[in-house]
Amino acid sequence: MKSKSLVSIDQCSKEDILRILDNAKKFEANPNRKVLEGKVAATLFFEPSTRTRLSFETAVNRLGGRVIGFSDASTTSSSKGETLKDTILMVSNYVDLIIMRHYLEGAARYASEVTDVPIINAGDGANQHPSQTMLDLYSIQKTQGRLTDLTITMVGDLKYGRTVHSLIVGMSHFNPTFNFVAPNELRMPDEQKNFCDQRGIKYKEYTEFTEEIINQTDILYMTRVQRERFTDLEEYERVKNVYILRNDMLRHSRENLRILHPLPRVNEIAYDVDDNPKAYYIQQARNGLFARQAIICEVLNITIDN
Amino acid sequence: MSNEKKKELQVAALENGTAIDHIPPSQLFKVAQLLGLEEMDNTITIGNNLHSNKMGSKGMIKIADKFFDDEEINRIALVAPNVVLNIIRDYEVVEKKTVTLPDELIGLVKCNNPKCITNNEPMPTRFDVIDKEKGTIKCHYCERKINKEDIVIL
Repeated sequence: MKSKSLVSIDQCSKEDILRILDNAKKFEANPNRKVLEGKVAATLFFEPSTRTRLSFETAVNRLGGRVIGFSDASTTSSSKGETLKDTILMVSNYVDLIIMRHYLEGAARYASEVTDVPIINAGDGANQHPSQTMLDLYSIQKTQGRLTDLTITMVGDLKYGRTVHSLIVGMSHFNPTFNFVAPNELRMPDEQKNFCDQRGIKYKEYTEFTEEIINQTDILYMTRVQRERFTDLEEYERVKNVYILRNDMLRHSRENLRILHPLPRVNEIAYDVDDNPKAYYIQQARNGLFARQAIICEVLNITIDN
Repeated sequence: MSNEKKKELQVAALENGTAIDHIPPSQLFKVAQLLGLEEMDNTITIGNNLHSNKMGSKGMIKIADKFFDDEEINRIALVAPNVVLNIIRDYEVVEKKTVTLPDELIGLVKCNNPKCITNNEPMPTRFDVIDKEKGTIKCHYCERKINKEDIVIL
């Protein structure tokens, strides 16, 4: 990687991604490796996110490091008006690594510019969340045995969903074919489609979520359609039940199909899908631990033995 | 050549200084503001809606005894990318400069995203110019794209 911080997935080359995924695999085989012995990591969560924080803190602990930090900015001096820069510089005095989540977009990049301590972006507003992308890629590689030449169908909120945008960037090195399934109000923005065009990535857009599309898919990436995204609530009521995956829709799907979801889900995956062996969203979250262990080692330049 | 002379004479001739030509009329006062003309003591002539063969009508600013450095010029490129700067010495145009957007704009433009870190922290903004022709810029921090018509100068 160009910088030792991980702020955005687009700073990772194909080789970076493959190396990190390779290390994630090693951590899955053996998660307890004391490579962070004597090191301290800070988890600075200016915005609460229990799932992501616990996953990162478990990663540090399993690597033998120690964790300081906060899970809610209201108890810190940033609530007294301290600038982000001062908070980052203060914490930099103490730790070897900063893992941060912030409600403001661009916060992680700015933090990486004011300190020499590596920063891992654990989400900056609606902008970037690279460890989510890395665990998505790991889940895809693990369930398909490869990353190349796969058909990935993305369903739901493709306009505001940062996970789908980052996944397009992450997958762009591996000759994917995309199906974008979304209501008109939430369709994939031109920026992402232009990105695909420039790289010769094939994609098709649909407004209807049909079995026919599912049957040509290797990875079905479901996302939540959020009520607050709609200006017209009638439109929301109309579409909210259109993009729901039900077990019977998987009847003729490919054997290797796996269903991913960044979670939390609301109603977009019916509960009868959970028992289908093709449902993978819970294991996907577990993969986050291994992906995050690998990311931590990457930014700290730690090589992992087999 | 003689045509050009006549056009130049639509506003008073300049002995030494800079004549900024081909300013879109709608952008003239923005250009004046960006260059900080109201702070200057130099002799300044401003003409607007002048006839132009190239663009129908145009604005022009002549500033006596003033030669701009590149950073000042970059500011103009934000609102009027096709202007021509005529550097004039002893009534002669000794150099014609076109302005182009730089690759990066630091501390010049406000980010339109209220949730951007730059609007919440005492720090300079930073934008990458991603399309010089269209004038599209992208915030280095929150990655929001801003089209030329939505650019707000700090």
